[in-house]
Amino acid sequence: MVTGTQFRVFASALLLGLMAAFMSPVSAQQQPDSVNPTQQSVKEQQLLKELSRIQGRTSLPDSKTGTLEQPAGRDWRQFQQVTLRWIGAIAILGMLATLVLFFLIRGMIRIEAGRSGYTLVRFNAFERFVHWMTATCFIVLALSGLNITFGKELLLPLIGTQTFATFSQWAKYAHNYLSFPFTLGVALMLLMWIAWNFPSGVDFRWIREGGGIVGSKHPPARRFNAGQKAIYWVVVLGGGAAAVTGYLLMFPFYATDIAGMQTAQMVHGIVGLIFMAIMLAHIYIGTIGMQGAFEAMGKGEVDVNWARQHHSLWLEKEAQKGRVPGGSVAPAE
Amino acid sequence: MARMKFLCDADRCIECNACVTACKNENDVPWGINRRRVVTINDGKPGERSVSMACMHCTDAPCAAVCPVNCFYTTADGVVLHSKDLCIGCGYCFYACPFGAPQYPKVGNFGSRGKMDKCTYCAGGPEADLTPAEYGNRENGQFTGYGSNRLAEGKLPLCAEMCSTKSLLAGDGEIIAQIFKERVVRRGYSSGAWGWQTAYRERIET
Repeated sequence: MVTGTQFRVFASALLLGLMAAFMSPVSAQQQPDSVNPTQQSVKEQQLLKELSRIQGRTSLPDSKTGTLEQPAGRDWRQFQQVTLRWIGAIAILGMLATLVLFFLIRGMIRIEAGRSGYTLVRFNAFERFVHWMTATCFIVLALSGLNITFGKELLLPLIGTQTFATFSQWAKYAHNYLSFPFTLGVALMLLMWIAWNFPSGVDFRWIREGGGIVGSKHPPARRFNAGQKAIYWVVVLGGGAAAVTGYLLMFPFYATDIAGMQTAQMVHGIVGLIFMAIMLAHIYIGTIGMQGAFEAMGKGEVDVNWARQHHSLWLEKEAQKGRVPGGSVAPAE
Repeated sequence: MARMKFLCDADRCIECNACVTACKNENDVPWGINRRRVVTINDGKPGERSVSMACMHCTDAPCAAVCPVNCFYTTADGVVLHSKDLCIGCGYCFYACPFGAPQYPKVGNFGSRGKMDKCTYCAGGPEADLTPAEYGNRENGQFTGYGSNRLAEGKLPLCAEMCSTKSLLAGDGEIIAQIFKERVVRRGYSSGAWGWQTAYRERIET
């Protein structure tokens, strides 16, 4: 059943084949005895030497499956299991030890002139709401984060594998979902307090005189002193970095590949642990470290004498605006 | 006890993807998850090689080391398995794995990735051998179990058993390394035992 056309095609193909065979007799004779197809092929050892990862193509619709090998996972494991734990332990335990030592030496910083009985507004209701929303989220985020890094060493032996896994599952949900109000809180703090948090000349004197924390001087300060400004920028920048890297991990492959996620986790871990250590100092000075400090964020009003001791320039300005009860304000001694 | 390993002889792999299909069928792996895949390096260029890759069941497995809830365990045969009951879907094993083995049924759903799934070396999971609980079903599109337990039946992983060119080898590490060595000596070339250096910290000297 061969038609004329098919025969012609077949015949010309045969003819071409014969011509090719006769025209290159030399290469046919030079065929080596043993063939080594690997001579120019890719070799694993060589690829691993040249590249940090071996990438190829698969016929699966998911292009990510094209990564054949990424030995970097081994390095990330080393960071995760050793380096990060050392960073966390040193930062958090070091800070706790410093604070305990400081409290034993310095004790609570008192209002030297005693309470005046007059108060003025330091943080309004909205500011306090934002602060406590962020703070509550931060504590849950910090504890669930610590659980991921240290839980299996510290908590698992106490409560058993099954209970620990269930707890960790809920802790992970809390960590993921509370990141949203936390990020909102950080963003609001950035906007509502940035005007008072740019460094100024007063800050240099404050730092030089140890902020009155070390030593007995009372350097003048505006609404926020240099230490508080530092806390502000730690929260805004650290919280921002933690949020960005956290979302990269929460939405895998939206913006990063696996190497990006490894880096994001490293940044997230380091920032988170150092953030926690710094917040311990913030909590200390806002509670047992200083008399009259907690009420600023608690009921929102502080004693006039507290303000004079710690924020003299702010108090003067508030007095000029007529916001300070109890009449005119004597200059700080 | 045998130390089970995989070895893919890339000079024999023809990228037919039968191992991928066999794995999906044997274990009823849901859509979107591929426990095994064939990767072609330098595709379409002279010297291209295809490698069938899945969990390599590493020695001192990094996934197990980084897991925050210790859901991994290594069987007496050296197979690295995990408990979906304990897994919290955090994604850490997936960052640490050099071979992209761990996968999740849900991707990026506010961090709820679901329970991790990976190659089990056709050795099931922590539930009792050859039970429906071990095999699992597809509740809400998620694969609750681990699939087949061929090892309990005295069989090797299906991907390797049905490989038509015998490129993919599964079995005791020393035996499959010996088979590979003999092949390489006879034919005179090799592009390497892909993944062995990374997974087992050893090279097959030929």
